[in-house]
Amino acid sequence: MHMPATQSSSEIAYNGSMKILVIEDDREAADYLQKAFTEAGHTAHVAGDGETGFALADAGDYDVMVVDRMLPRRDGLSVIAGLRSRGNTTPVLILSALGEVDDRVTGLRAGGDDYLTKPYAFSELLARVEVLNRRASAREAETVYRVGDLELDRLSHSVRRAGREITLQPREFRLLEFLMRHAGQVVTRTMLLENVWDYHFDPQTNVIDVHVSRLRGKIEKGFDKPILHTVRGAGYMLKSG
Amino acid sequence: MALSVPAIMRTTAARLSALYFLLFAICAVLLVFYMTSLSARMLTAQTQETINDEVLGLARAYQRGGLPVLVRVVEARSRQPGANLYLIADTNGQILTGNVQSLEPGVIETEGWTTRPFSYRRFGEGELERQRNPASDQNEMQSSESEVQVEGEKGHNAIALVLRLPNQMIMLVGRDLGEPERFRAVIRRALMLALGMMGLGGLLIWFFVGRAALKRIDSVSEASRRIMGGDLSGRLPVTGAGDEFDRLSENLNSMLARIATLNEGLKQVSDNIAHDLKTPLTRLRNRAEATLSGKQKTTDYRQALEGTIAESDQLIKTFNAILMISRLEAGYSSESTSRVDLAASVRDVVELYEPVAEEAGVTLETSMQDAFVVEGNRELIGQALSNIVDNAIKYSTDSTAEPTVRVALDRVGREVRLSVSDNGQGIPDDADRARATERFVRLEKSRSQPGSGLGLSLAKAIMKFHSGRLDLLPGDPGLSVVMSFPEPEDH
Repeated sequence: MHMPATQSSSEIAYNGSMKILVIEDDREAADYLQKAFTEAGHTAHVAGDGETGFALADAGDYDVMVVDRMLPRRDGLSVIAGLRSRGNTTPVLILSALGEVDDRVTGLRAGGDDYLTKPYAFSELLARVEVLNRRASAREAETVYRVGDLELDRLSHSVRRAGREITLQPREFRLLEFLMRHAGQVVTRTMLLENVWDYHFDPQTNVIDVHVSRLRGKIEKGFDKPILHTVRGAGYMLKSG
Repeated sequence: MALSVPAIMRTTAARLSALYFLLFAICAVLLVFYMTSLSARMLTAQTQETINDEVLGLARAYQRGGLPVLVRVVEARSRQPGANLYLIADTNGQILTGNVQSLEPGVIETEGWTTRPFSYRRFGEGELERQRNPASDQNEMQSSESEVQVEGEKGHNAIALVLRLPNQMIMLVGRDLGEPERFRAVIRRALMLALGMMGLGGLLIWFFVGRAALKRIDSVSEASRRIMGGDLSGRLPVTGAGDEFDRLSENLNSMLARIATLNEGLKQVSDNIAHDLKTPLTRLRNRAEATLSGKQKTTDYRQALEGTIAESDQLIKTFNAILMISRLEAGYSSESTSRVDLAASVRDVVELYEPVAEEAGVTLETSMQDAFVVEGNRELIGQALSNIVDNAIKYSTDSTAEPTVRVALDRVGREVRLSVSDNGQGIPDDADRARATERFVRLEKSRSQPGSGLGLSLAKAIMKFHSGRLDLLPGDPGLSVVMSFPEPEDH
């Protein structure tokens, strides 16, 4: 399942390797995650219950945490709330088998940064964890994104490639904006649907693919180098060269 | 009535009957005591009044002719049938005249009203022949000293007024208490009878009323035991009397019906999961097996694995959809709803699907006026609408004319209607149209299209969650899927 992600790990190394804390009581799932994160070039520590997880997170300096909601000894949401109240701002991705409509809301309200329902594809989890990495979020403040010869001005809403003006629809602009903010990282279809359209469901048809291919047509047509790549089995990545 | 006594006492009806009986008996006893003491006091007062009258009469006689007249009057009155008690004794307490043969010692020693009833014996009791003989009276009087001491157990009780005449002789006028005592006895008998009847009544009430209630409770627990035994179609008996028991049974029955529906849904889901997930799982396994068996190049392995991932993702999607439908049908808390602008949802979804429609050569049109706000969950409404639009685009491609999908938002009566109409072949058969929203139902011609067969079921569950409806109407041509939302109250 993680084969394509492993293949793209060399490209993802753009952000360097991350130190990830996995708090998950299912031994097998935790071992699999640790192995898969290691293969993707990261370091992963595993805690089997809420209390251990809280202690590790409080002491260690992690880049991202993956926290299961239902944990022995201390509930996942309580661990996150506890860390937040102690001033710990490490990005957290919540894993949950619940998946109710308002689960996401309660999870994010407790201090989580992203939410993924089991069963999930590891490629999806990896992509989300890498996007959560706090070193990446520094780009939020930038007003102009540059990837290779592609340039996006967030203030004037203009896009240029090799100095040539490209006209985009508002939604296409937001799509490109998100891809550029996470340039060099795998961005999945569901991440695009969540961040550009603010919907969290799986569309029956791959509507996102059609939007992306439209955008690709606009930013690649007439230029010699491809810049918007498809990562098979995972999603898309904006990357020069 | 084969129940043992402890078993009967364990029943609520018997316990209640016993408790009521006890309380009633206590009340009755208190009442009777109050009544008897009150009437005894009244009778005593009456007796004292009578005695006072007598004393007045005797006093007049004494004034008229001194002691001889008094003695004569006393003797005359003593002989009248049902006479009061009269006694005149000398200063030593020797009885001189009157109709009292003996009395409790000490009674005549204190003047005034006797403080309590005393026992006495009249002349002539058991010795009738001597009653009219004043001589024997005298004899008796001589021997009365001893008699006075041995107060007879068979004697009567009386109250009396003791007076000292001016010549220091003692006069006693009294009245027998037989009447009040008989009265008390009557009351006591009546009380015993009443208590007995009450006990009997309690038993009868328990037997007829309590046992009837008991029987109905028993039939309810019998029925619930049957239902617990696995017969979920069983219902509790309703007699039609409309009483508490009927209401209880009716409520329990509707609860059972709800459980049965949920259970049925669960069973259907598991059947469908088993059926619909088996096919892709088998395909998945076969692909892996086939790849392993032959001599393959690395690229073949890669391709097979990628296919496996794609297939797994589809499985996960199907699984999530099933879970979501079940959860929606089980009912959500209203926490997850807020004001949703349907027009914005339509714009979002149409914009999302516009490139897909264009690629498929389908024209996507919208028709709506201003904002239509309903109470709901934006996420769920978006998902339902996107499923419906997705379907419409797929099925409009077989249109004879230029394929068009039209999304319209309108207010009809007290409902906000969001309709998605295509001009494809539609579903001409009414029964098929009705079946189309059932889980996993994929009508014959849609088998060739990709999809899980859950899109419309999910939309239907979402509409049910919003207290609305999902209707499939025949278009001209094509199919029109209508989402009807109830209008928000303060609109």
